[in-house]
Amino acid sequence: MKTKIATFFIMLAFWLVLSGMFDGFHLSLGILCCLLVTHFSHDLLFPETTGVHGNWLRDIIGVLLYLPYLLWQVLIANLQVAWIVLHPRALEMIDPHIFRFYTKLTRPIAKVAFAQSITLTPGTITINIYRDPAGEKPDQFAVYALTREAAAALPGDMESRIAKALEPANG
Amino acid sequence: MTTAAIVFILAGIFFFFVGVVGILRFPDFYTRLHAAGKADSLAAVLVVIGVALYNLQEINPGNILVSIKIILIAVFIYMASATATHALTKGALVVGVEPWEKGKKK
Repeated sequence: MKTKIATFFIMLAFWLVLSGMFDGFHLSLGILCCLLVTHFSHDLLFPETTGVHGNWLRDIIGVLLYLPYLLWQVLIANLQVAWIVLHPRALEMIDPHIFRFYTKLTRPIAKVAFAQSITLTPGTITINIYRDPAGEKPDQFAVYALTREAAAALPGDMESRIAKALEPANG
Repeated sequence: MTTAAIVFILAGIFFFFVGVVGILRFPDFYTRLHAAGKADSLAAVLVVIGVALYNLQEINPGNILVSIKIILIAVFIYMASATATHALTKGALVVGVEPWEKGKKK
């Protein structure tokens, strides 16, 4: 029920921004559409909040607090890659390789956010997240990095910030 | 406001330029994706912010709404471009495109 209400209000906010008309006719159309969409697909937007982690409000705040850090990282990494690209001896500076590391993140949404952040920061691309078939080890990230320095920075600070934003607080 | 918009758009154009130079200079498919992903993640967003600021010359509710819509474009670029870059890399690896390695001649 909580997820349905949340989905409805997100849809409605989206409708209001995109429509920009606040008269009764358009508002009632919007509410009708949002109700229909919510009814059919409320389980798509918050698939796991029905489980133990029910606190979507905390997730949203966490993501909002994480965004400035992500944008800053994107800016720094962009400048680094721009420096390499414009450098006369670019081919000597890059050393593309694939490396793997284990993650401590457990929630799917946190892992997806981490993978997207890695790919958004230039110089590193997430190739895959491998799940241990036996389920004993944590999931393994495979990341394709442009330089050794870009690889050395992972998982590092970014992972702990994601953990702070999206992982359930355990102590 | 116009000055800030011009600065943002010029910075965006600069990073797009760097991205294009990177695509031309880098040796193989994967490294070129790095350059392309950079143009997506920073340059496009800078241009979008610049346009949004330019639109706000007269601050009234209508203009603010349009600017929010323009910023939403940036949000979708962020979600879509990272997914696309990842899918391209994974796809190329699955098909077996050889990654360029340092010191290895073709």
